[in-house]
Amino acid sequence: MNGNIPAREITPRETFLSRRRLLQTLGIGASVAATGGVYAWLADPGPSPYRTSGRGPREGDGGGAAVSMADTLTPPETFTHYNNYYEFSTDKRDPALLAAGFKPRPWSVTVDGRVAKPRTLDLDQLLSLAPAEERVYRHRCVEGWSMVIPWLGFPLAALLKAAEPLAGAKFVAFTSLLDPARMPGQKSSVLRWPYVEGLRMDEAMHPLTLLSHGAYGEALLPQNGAPLHLVIPWKYGFKGAKAIVRITLVDTQPATTWNLYSPADYGFYSNVNPSITRPRFSQRFEDRLGETVDRRPTLAFNGYAEQVADLYRGMDLAKDY
Amino acid sequence: MTTARYARLLVQINGAVPVALLTFAAWRDRLGYNPSAYLLRTSGLLALIFLLLSLCVTPLRRITGRNFFSLFRRTLGLYAFFYACLHVLMYLWLDQGFDLLNVPADVWRRKFILLGMLAFLLLIPLAATSTAGMVKRLGAVRWKRLHQLVYVAAAAGVIHYALRAKVLETQPMLFVVAAGVLLGFRAVWGIGGASHSRKSAGRVG
Repeated sequence: MNGNIPAREITPRETFLSRRRLLQTLGIGASVAATGGVYAWLADPGPSPYRTSGRGPREGDGGGAAVSMADTLTPPETFTHYNNYYEFSTDKRDPALLAAGFKPRPWSVTVDGRVAKPRTLDLDQLLSLAPAEERVYRHRCVEGWSMVIPWLGFPLAALLKAAEPLAGAKFVAFTSLLDPARMPGQKSSVLRWPYVEGLRMDEAMHPLTLLSHGAYGEALLPQNGAPLHLVIPWKYGFKGAKAIVRITLVDTQPATTWNLYSPADYGFYSNVNPSITRPRFSQRFEDRLGETVDRRPTLAFNGYAEQVADLYRGMDLAKDY
Repeated sequence: MTTARYARLLVQINGAVPVALLTFAAWRDRLGYNPSAYLLRTSGLLALIFLLLSLCVTPLRRITGRNFFSLFRRTLGLYAFFYACLHVLMYLWLDQGFDLLNVPADVWRRKFILLGMLAFLLLIPLAATSTAGMVKRLGAVRWKRLHQLVYVAAAAGVIHYALRAKVLETQPMLFVVAAGVLLGFRAVWGIGGASHSRKSAGRVG
């Protein structure tokens, strides 16, 4: 077959070898680009916020003050783009996208159960119950990250008092919106919907317990639980129901969503407690988002022990976690 | 350079691409909103991916009838071990603050970490005996039997990942299914069992 190829057309050995090397080099480059592309798709970290040069609390900082000197406000885009909100998605980056069209108005909230004045309020009636206050709270997620958030809202106690609780009211049960058409995550049964939460009456009436309708000086965004998000700063974040539609005063401890899902991990009380390790979570340290990687030791009651420890006097918090 | 050496070089270079990009992202402070969680998750994910890739070698060899893929197995396995080391280091640093005295209690109480640690510890003897010299010293049959531990490590690794999630999530389940298919393949084809043919002794599935 090769008999009719003239000798002058045979590729010289040197050219052949250098071509081979060129192709091999190109092959390496192409494969590295492909691997890099697959990796970038698989391990996309999403946007990264600017960081403050915060530091962890040191010996002697104390933790009693509502906000200590070591607390710097979390960048607002972290607050609005890193959301645990399973009604929309289990991926924390998704609620900001999926909740974009969610309209928190019109909205009404029913207050019922063991109260003298059960009623249903629309949002404007509810907001006129008490003046909005700004409260800067540490926010601690059970997963181990924390933020510092300037909430707007008023004490839940103002709403409860207006409904005139009866003697039999021992607990408060919160129910979040059930509407799979507006909350696509509810089409999946990762949790039992609607989301339900609860507090003991004295916890609900505590002056730190805030019914929030805003943050960073603006109305709450849908991905942050608009229009109403309960904030209990000494408890893990999941205790704070979002998009609340019903508040019922009851005489027995109500069922709560994460406790139903995994009682060993999520207790009814779920006070922030560095000394209790559950199967999924060690709570000794926390990551303050927006800071450089710098573990802070977790504070008992999230640093609000001075204000709330009395609520739990005489209880075994290792048992009632 | 022969085709075989070139192919192995390709795998060696590409295995380093993720850690290079991860280091670059860390240096630029582009690790997302929660850098600790991102570093832990990404390093663990890479360890599992390379472990499962190394388990693809034998099925590919069986299906294509070509031994070519065996060239990559050691490299892929060593990268799995490398990323597992990185993952454990991230856990000790970011989760435990290098409080090593607390680590045994933490590993024991959080069962998903116990499984992950088991997977990691099983990879250590495999990495230590990965050289041709060690195959000779142990003898092919014993070496092969030892390296069957990789099946246990892979199963423990993917279950570790699935249990870590707060709820049933898609990605960990995909890893469990992939590991199930790769290990199931061996069960069905009798690879790694005592009845394995002599011809490929020393080439553990």
